[in-house]
Amino acid sequence: MSDIQDRTRKIVVEHLGVEEDKVTENASFIDDLGADSLDTVELVMAFEEEFGIEIPDDAAETIQTFGDAVKFIKEAV
Amino acid sequence: MRRVVVTGLGMVSPLAAGVEETWTRLLAGQSGAGTITRFDAGHLATTYACEIPRGDGSDGTFNPDDWMEPKEQRKVDDFILYGMAAAEMAVKDSGWMPEGTEDRERTGVMIGSGIGGLQSIAETAVLIKERGARRVSPFFIPGALINLVSGQVSIRYGFKGPNHAVVTACSTGAHAIGDAARLIMLGDADVMVAGGAESPICEIGIAGFNACKALSTKRGNEPEKASRPYDADRDGFVMGEGAGVVVLEEYEHAKARGAKIYAEILGYGLSGDAYHITAPSEDGEGGERAMRNALRSAGLSGADVDYINAHGTSTMADTIELGAVERVMGDAASKATMSSTKSSIGHLLGAAGAVEAIFCILALRDQVAPPTINLDNPAVEPKLDLAPNAKREREIGVALSNSFGFGGTNASLVMGRIDR
Repeated sequence: MSDIQDRTRKIVVEHLGVEEDKVTENASFIDDLGADSLDTVELVMAFEEEFGIEIPDDAAETIQTFGDAVKFIKEAV
Repeated sequence: MRRVVVTGLGMVSPLAAGVEETWTRLLAGQSGAGTITRFDAGHLATTYACEIPRGDGSDGTFNPDDWMEPKEQRKVDDFILYGMAAAEMAVKDSGWMPEGTEDRERTGVMIGSGIGGLQSIAETAVLIKERGARRVSPFFIPGALINLVSGQVSIRYGFKGPNHAVVTACSTGAHAIGDAARLIMLGDADVMVAGGAESPICEIGIAGFNACKALSTKRGNEPEKASRPYDADRDGFVMGEGAGVVVLEEYEHAKARGAKIYAEILGYGLSGDAYHITAPSEDGEGGERAMRNALRSAGLSGADVDYINAHGTSTMADTIELGAVERVMGDAASKATMSSTKSSIGHLLGAAGAVEAIFCILALRDQVAPPTINLDNPAVEPKLDLAPNAKREREIGVALSNSFGFGGTNASLVMGRIDR
């Protein structure tokens, strides 16, 4: 399971250009990691690609933090 | 009308990243042409182009990381990257980076492109076909839109004045500088960052211009000889890429802050051919009217012009332009020098007019006209000195730059030394 967390963190680090230790459980993509609304759309696409899952738009809107993303992905894979 | 001067220059060209590096190589008669490396062009009718030399930033190479963060580069097409780099050079050169609200609101941006994000559009179309519409990046549209060079530049520096972008094919860069100068003359802004950017060296770009029969195809073995304006053996233009950006400023504004003044924008003329989608009218009357309009707005005549940077693309149209220039110059033609710098850097399409205006400004500064390289056997006997294969050190007080685009859109800029 930590594998999913690591892979998710790696995507966030690469796409948002942030330090790995900033990507904590409660880190908000927009408020803490400098993403704008387009960045979050791209992040969700990258999660879909990495894990071979589909994240519908209404679900994507609920993914605000790194923890939200990991939780959703763990349930979806 | 308020006077407009040039206080900053920036350029990314197939000869080098940087204004002075490019100028030195241009005067030395170097060519930026070579076999296309960006993608495998072996199956196309044209296999060569004038690509920007990429590298670590030393020796005039272009290092994208010097101009945009890697994570931001990913979100934009190359024309925006080139435009941002040229704009950064120009703004820094001008020293105009205001912090105050009013100064920022009086500073605008007008950087255009002929085609914009051609490569992004092509790649995204393929992506949709192969993997579906859900895979399209949210950055595709803002990374491909022509006006996003102007948008990005305004965001980087907080320039909140007029934000605009010209799209007139190969006349884009000249129209952008001319129109931006007019905005300053009319009082809409005190400073404008203006120019053009283009990144057409991709499969769809080369294939498209090949289909128009516009590109040189015969010199795969010696690409550096392919761009040869006015030469009897020319067979089409050589595609280039890059960006040229200038900082234009109201004269009193520039003087008040002690800015370095390169030259003055003296005149600007526009016209339409109303003739054909790709070919110029055979008598060249459209280009002739653009030049006459520019000279009239400057209060000058052809006899006042010392140097002309020609549109001169290395196509059949070269001699049409030459005839038009000779009519405008009249008896003074024999005293003027005209060169086509496309012989060295190829045709930068929407960036061409801006890059070539900068060459005129440097010609005014250094009192030297750059050469027309590869002009070994002129197709016609010119009345003008075409500076074949060697730069001309000479007096240059007034320079004129021509740009003509598909659709029959023509622009001429007249620039002069401030102390002439």
